[in-house]
Amino acid sequence: MAGKTLYDKLWNAHLVTEREDGSALIYIDRQIIHEVTSPQAFEGLRLAGRQPWRTSASVATIDHNVPTTPFKSAAEIKDETSRIQVQTLQENTKEFGITEFGIGDVRQGIVHVMAPEQGAVVPGMTVVCGDSHTSTNGALACLAHGIGTSEVEHVLATQTLVAKKMKNMRVSVEGDLGPGVTAKDVVLHIIGVIGTAGGTGYALEFAGSAIRSLSMEGRMTVCNMSIEAGARAGMVAVDDVTIDYVKGRPFAPKGADWDKAVEYWRGLVSDNDAVFDEDITIDAADIRPQVSWGTSPEMVISVDANLPDPDAETDDVKRSGMQRAYEYMGLTPGMPVTDIKVDRVFIGSCTNSRIEDLRAAAEVAKGRRKADSVKQVLVVPGSGLVKQQAEKEGLDKIFVEAGFEWREPGCSMCLAMNPDRLEPGEHCASTSNRNFEGRQGNGGRTHLVSPAMAAAAAVAGHFVDIRELEQA
Amino acid sequence: MEKFVRLDGLVAPLDRANVDTDQIIPKQFLKSIKRTGFGPNLFDEWRYLDEGFPGQDNSQRPLNDDFVLNLPRYQGASILLTRRNFGCGSSREHAPWALMDFGFRAIIAPSFADIFYNNCFKNGLLPIVLSEDNVEALFKAVVGKEGFRITIDLENQQVIPEEGEPLAFEIDEFRKHCLLNGLDEIGLTMNEADTIRAYEQRRAEQEPWIFQ
Repeated sequence: MAGKTLYDKLWNAHLVTEREDGSALIYIDRQIIHEVTSPQAFEGLRLAGRQPWRTSASVATIDHNVPTTPFKSAAEIKDETSRIQVQTLQENTKEFGITEFGIGDVRQGIVHVMAPEQGAVVPGMTVVCGDSHTSTNGALACLAHGIGTSEVEHVLATQTLVAKKMKNMRVSVEGDLGPGVTAKDVVLHIIGVIGTAGGTGYALEFAGSAIRSLSMEGRMTVCNMSIEAGARAGMVAVDDVTIDYVKGRPFAPKGADWDKAVEYWRGLVSDNDAVFDEDITIDAADIRPQVSWGTSPEMVISVDANLPDPDAETDDVKRSGMQRAYEYMGLTPGMPVTDIKVDRVFIGSCTNSRIEDLRAAAEVAKGRRKADSVKQVLVVPGSGLVKQQAEKEGLDKIFVEAGFEWREPGCSMCLAMNPDRLEPGEHCASTSNRNFEGRQGNGGRTHLVSPAMAAAAAVAGHFVDIRELEQA
Repeated sequence: MEKFVRLDGLVAPLDRANVDTDQIIPKQFLKSIKRTGFGPNLFDEWRYLDEGFPGQDNSQRPLNDDFVLNLPRYQGASILLTRRNFGCGSSREHAPWALMDFGFRAIIAPSFADIFYNNCFKNGLLPIVLSEDNVEALFKAVVGKEGFRITIDLENQQVIPEEGEPLAFEIDEFRKHCLLNGLDEIGLTMNEADTIRAYEQRRAEQEPWIFQ
């Protein structure tokens, strides 16, 4: 019998029951809750007179539409609808007895930054949240994926999900990453190779020596964007990096439980003879710093390349998508990426707002200044604890001296639900995960890049090859 | 959930691939704490010429006359015909809520993003996967004839265009059963509460830290 993949093992361990029709009930260990996709779920519970199955399985925080300027209470949130959602989460978590890291709590932050940081996610768990970037948590060898609000309610009420097993795909990145190439460039490159729907229907496992060489935060960046490759879940097998990361975190097992947990977690790797439905290998040496040029994450190229020619695309649907993207982005085929000027820069989001991301951006910003042509550079830490750590290291001062703005934690301009947003036509170098039309503000034009590349664009006023900047 | 058995409806063609959930319902409308009322803001950035925000009187806003759903011939459509990877992006269930609130009950495309596909079934909205060739043929038929209608027979898993051969589609048995009967999935799962409790006991012995 063939061996099992990591995903097979996680699935089997959480299978409550299989039904005759092929659907299954899987058990959910952890649910992360935020203010935008939960109000209708709690309302559903109330209407049906149901109670949460196990309140300790859930942990909540506010992130999507909190302001990134300081505020001390919900009453200070100017936008009325945002304020109502923040207050509604406070009321719901109180009514149902769920832990919330709310306003003023140093643990408050972006759901997928907060949860691993607290040890609320540990290897071997099933993790869900009403947010598609829940895949981030798969970096800890979890089965973690986004769900809709009806499913948030289903998990609250039953601690299970009705699911169907996905197929297995492994993406191995082998070899050494070149200078200036980060986890973000790795995942953008992968999306460029397999396409934005390439992972649809699959659970992705990221493997290979280049992935293993990444820190836990780097692995989170890669797993985060599984969904941009079409896959709901992405994951990385357990190794020492995983165990070292989890040890000592507030929610992590302690004492004898810790030893037992580590022993179990060590088995959370794909067997050598496991069979994947799709198995893709990428040479790390092929990956250069990436910049997205269009309106889909698969429209991405190396910073030293010229924008692609739609006429060379043989697929009709893809070609018309490219043409539409050029029109929206106001760019011309054939132009060098480094000729694209940026109006604003955003460093943050569940993809790239952890301490290592901020360090990478600060390294570029140090001793340099934002270009005059750049209107705004926002640096938004992923959580209160990330902010605290950055300030301890003096990163905030480096940013401020460079003319960047140092903000409070939240999702911010990744999706522009709060006041941080682009004006129509503006180009933004952004460390976030989606370059969809209007994502960062109506008419805004997003270019996805790594934190170092974003900081470099802020300094130069246009995209620059970070490898050349480093030589300077 | 509303039942879905059979639908005879006018078809609107949205000739774009990779339509993402930010397009289906832009983020500023996610601030509602309700499940209804999203219809007027479906495809907001494409439908209107100005920028939309919650609480507006949408009837006073300038329409983009070129956008397909604004064309007189597609008013009242209940079936959306579109291209591959429809619904990619975020997990927001506001996307199917907005499509339903607008009046759509079924979507036909060559492929859907996973989370969106799943969310549709929780709301009685039927996503149907047909081959690229069949979708292309339907686009030609719909664009070619004003008032073109399709019948969807869920029981027999068939898309029946008013002209041409019926097209078979696949659907999970469980999802079909829930749609045909308008079943509440939580209620069904609660019937298995004892099985869930037994599972928890087993797990708690092996991985006690999960339950602390």
